[in-house]
Amino acid sequence: MFNVRGLNVAYGQSQVLHGIDMSVAQGEIVAVVGRNGMGKSTLMKSLIGVLPSRAGEISVEGIDVAGMPSHARVKRGLAYVPQGRQIFGTMTVRENIETGLVVTGKSDIPDEIYSLFPILAEFDKRRGGNLSGGQQQQLAIARALASDPKILLLDEPTEGIQPSIIKDIAVVLKEIRQLRNLTIVVCEQVLSFVLDVADRILVMENGRIVHQDQRKNVDEAAIAAYLAV
Amino acid sequence: MLFGYSFGDLGSILVMQGFAGLILFSVFVLMALGLAIIFGQMGVINMAHGEFMILGAYMTFLCSNLFQTYLPGLFGLYFFVAMAIAFVVAGALGLATEWLLIRHLYARPLDTLLATWGLSLIMQQAFRSIFGAREVGVELPSWMMGSLTFGSIDVQINGLFVMGLTLIITGVVALLMFRSRWGLQVRAVVTNRTMSGAVGIDTRRIDRLTFGLGCGIAGVAGSAFTMIGSTSPSAGQLYIVDTFLVVVFGGAQSLLGTIASAFTISQSQSTLEFFTSGSNAKVTTLLIVIGLLMLRPQGLFVLKVRK
Repeated sequence: MFNVRGLNVAYGQSQVLHGIDMSVAQGEIVAVVGRNGMGKSTLMKSLIGVLPSRAGEISVEGIDVAGMPSHARVKRGLAYVPQGRQIFGTMTVRENIETGLVVTGKSDIPDEIYSLFPILAEFDKRRGGNLSGGQQQQLAIARALASDPKILLLDEPTEGIQPSIIKDIAVVLKEIRQLRNLTIVVCEQVLSFVLDVADRILVMENGRIVHQDQRKNVDEAAIAAYLAV
Repeated sequence: MLFGYSFGDLGSILVMQGFAGLILFSVFVLMALGLAIIFGQMGVINMAHGEFMILGAYMTFLCSNLFQTYLPGLFGLYFFVAMAIAFVVAGALGLATEWLLIRHLYARPLDTLLATWGLSLIMQQAFRSIFGAREVGVELPSWMMGSLTFGSIDVQINGLFVMGLTLIITGVVALLMFRSRWGLQVRAVVTNRTMSGAVGIDTRRIDRLTFGLGCGIAGVAGSAFTMIGSTSPSAGQLYIVDTFLVVVFGGAQSLLGTIASAFTISQSQSTLEFFTSGSNAKVTTLLIVIGLLMLRPQGLFVLKVRK
């Protein structure tokens, strides 16, 4: 249901992604792994449209969104949780989630979001910028879910977060997939997290996908070798 | 005795000048609100903001003439119609400006400065060609003329009216900013434009609306301006520098800061003008602002959150 064909992305003259192909089925969790600077974040940014792509097709349920601005892609069902959370620091927790509601035209936050992240209900009126890193990560995911997406893109959701919260996030991601039959693409460096959540693992190197396999067939040592510096 | 005045006199002088300062404060606030939301939202300094105000003033002038000629019976009410027309015309021109000019220049802040300055020159010349180079005054309806006497001081009715108007408009803008869908999106875009797009906010649409609203408020400021000054093609230029001072001093993203800084600047200006000369008052005000900005470069009011 989510297909990427021949995606090319460049910063000025230097090409970063060289024809990425991937297709993700409904309800599948795919993890993209790779070392720093291999193009994982660039891939995520170009999928949501924060970075323009030079060539290639990104289709959601058969509709090509590659030429659309970000907000139109969100309307088609993509949602993005960026690296470093990037929540709106001066706005309250509730207002942060409401920004995600804008495309849906709804005015009330679904109860489901608060039951996934009870801590957010408790801190409803606090400013987003005053939450801890792990709470901000939950807020960023809640904000993305508020737009009622079909595909959730997460860029390094475990960065700078303590191990116990990383486990929680893994649990929540699987729970969301259960609840909504959501498609999830996550790029990540923490191997234990990847092995915990993913159905399929793609390995990126120098802007290309060099290896992919189902989680059940994956040789942990082989993937770890790709991640080793 | 101080400066040759008795303390009773000094008290009255301070109150009277304070009141005159409040009218100046009202115009500053209305101008600065528009400038601040535009600057906060898209980092564009609208150098033509003063001309948008004067456009509102000319609309008020036209309206008063039309009512005098065709509807003399309803003349007492013309001011309300004039404000609505000033808002709509200035707002519509703002939307058109954004669409034709500003949106092509978002990545180039210095160019927007030049472009809007050019626009201000074009608008000034247009006013001169259409309305003539001479100053025009607006006839006030009878209920706005005169003054109320409190003890030893007189308070002008039109001044009170302008202040009430400012209060209402500021209240409406604050409501829009903090309670409406539009305000939510504006605050999100101000905090992080890229991310706002990525959560589904149409940032371009919000830019256009904000620019239109900011210019519309300037138009209403122009209506209020007709009561305290006479309208001429270049009158807007006198206000743009002061208004920008208000915005920078207050902290560009804080509504409360804008109001507090407009109050400080207009009051010190008005009170000092009485005891010294107009230019000395300006010099002193600028020195105070520069001194305070050296201590607090981010402006008066800034929200503190984790980075």
